[in-house]
Amino acid sequence: MTVSKRIVLHFPKRLVDRPIVYRLIKDYDLEFNILKASVTPQEEGLMVLELKGEREDYDEGIRYLTTTGVRIQSLSQDVIRNEERCTHCGACITICPTGAFEVDPLTRLVKFDNEKCLACGLCILACPPRAMEVHF
Amino acid sequence: MSKTIEEINEKIREGKAVVVTAEEIIGIVKQKGVNKAAQEVDVVTTGTFGPMCSSGAYLNIGHSKPRIKLGGGKVYLNDVPAYAGFAAVDIYIGANALPDDDPRNKVYPGEFNYGGGHVIEELVAGKDIRLVATAYGTDCYPRRRLETWINIRDLNETVLFNIRNACQNYNVAVNLSDRTIYTYMGVLKSDMGNANYSTAGQLSPLFNDPYYKTIGIGTKIFLGGGIGFVAWHGTQHNPNVLRSDNGVPRRGAGTLSVIGDLKQMSPRWLIGTSMLGYGCTLTVGIGIPIPILSEEILQYTAVSDDGIFAPVIDYSDAYVQLKPDILDEVSYAQLKSGKIVIQGKEVPTASLSSYPRAVEIATILKEWITSGKFLLTESVAPLPGVESGITFKPLKERPLEE
Repeated sequence: MTVSKRIVLHFPKRLVDRPIVYRLIKDYDLEFNILKASVTPQEEGLMVLELKGEREDYDEGIRYLTTTGVRIQSLSQDVIRNEERCTHCGACITICPTGAFEVDPLTRLVKFDNEKCLACGLCILACPPRAMEVHF
Repeated sequence: MSKTIEEINEKIREGKAVVVTAEEIIGIVKQKGVNKAAQEVDVVTTGTFGPMCSSGAYLNIGHSKPRIKLGGGKVYLNDVPAYAGFAAVDIYIGANALPDDDPRNKVYPGEFNYGGGHVIEELVAGKDIRLVATAYGTDCYPRRRLETWINIRDLNETVLFNIRNACQNYNVAVNLSDRTIYTYMGVLKSDMGNANYSTAGQLSPLFNDPYYKTIGIGTKIFLGGGIGFVAWHGTQHNPNVLRSDNGVPRRGAGTLSVIGDLKQMSPRWLIGTSMLGYGCTLTVGIGIPIPILSEEILQYTAVSDDGIFAPVIDYSDAYVQLKPDILDEVSYAQLKSGKIVIQGKEVPTASLSSYPRAVEIATILKEWITSGKFLLTESVAPLPGVESGITFKPLKERPLEE
């Protein structure tokens, strides 16, 4: 059985220069799609990946990542909407490439579907009251 | 059938007034007809909640010891410059003001995370605001520098005074160019990738009183969560535009200048807003009651989204160059369906104005009136109407000679 998951990897400073993703492909036969990657001076490295492969390989790969010291989070919680700040104007709707926002035709409230979110971040700055937040 | 505002106020005092929102009245008129609805309904409440750039607040901060004359000096509130061209301690903070060191669009598109609108929101929320001022010093106002925290509860007058709000109609913005553009109408994708609009449509105050028959100078309103008043017609008020048979303008038309005590207001209804690549502004909540004085006035309030049309404008060229070109006209019902068809292309739509919050404002105002704590006012003077002959002039540029 193949699995495909979107995950966030946090690399501690000591791992930033090691070819960890390369090992994932070579040793565990996993497909990946990098959605976001950044290394900031004085900070850890961060990578948002879509990882795909046989269930067994996937689990082995994740185990490998954990033993190297990479911290793993699932992606779905990472772009969140600040419900206090959101005014339900709807400016985000046509900005989101995956259609994660939808207007309820009756109430005109904007629904945000975490599952459809790729964490591309386009909505963050396009939101006029800045209600969308990235939490890695 | 005709009623007076005094008669309606008497019913409000007795707790007998029938008040409905501009959304609810649509169904009531469909069901009962204009005649019966006009007899039964006393007040229709409207609401709108969108970014309104020509907004700002004046503050009187009280005199320091020794005195300082801010007028002619420089004043910053949380690093955002405030206008100091008045007397000693009166200042005005505009929604679009930006800190001197904000990179603006030097890193394009600029983020505009904090500006005057955000200062107003934080002030209203009761947060401490950092005031830094310099002045030139006089014999009676010798102090030259002032650095202090201020809080709305300690200030004298704090007044929201917006010179243009509640636009009667507004453009639908698209982008015909081949690159994404960043506008006050939001992010517009290339080749008409999206279309943005900004109005509460059938709930919006001036769509429900298209000829300004009840809304005038002195009309008491919901403003930012408190009580405010219409102060004047707004800047760029332009009543003399193309209108539909129902009287509703098909182009940008009337506007309002509004005023109210900031101390009564709430950060839920005054929100500091950032338009990517454009600037900072303030999202303002306004609700206006319309007294049903006649069948004619009731008929106006029964307008629905399919009877309100807006022009579609290209913001990559026509808007920029002040060209009169309009790509199409679409109804708000079409806009709210999520897509419109322009020049044969299906274009997804999005709103910058919050309809659910507009409903909430109209509902709050309805509750205020029903419970007897909000009485209607007679306007003291009308807004300029179609007959005023007002036209909206472009700038007549006369280059300075060397």
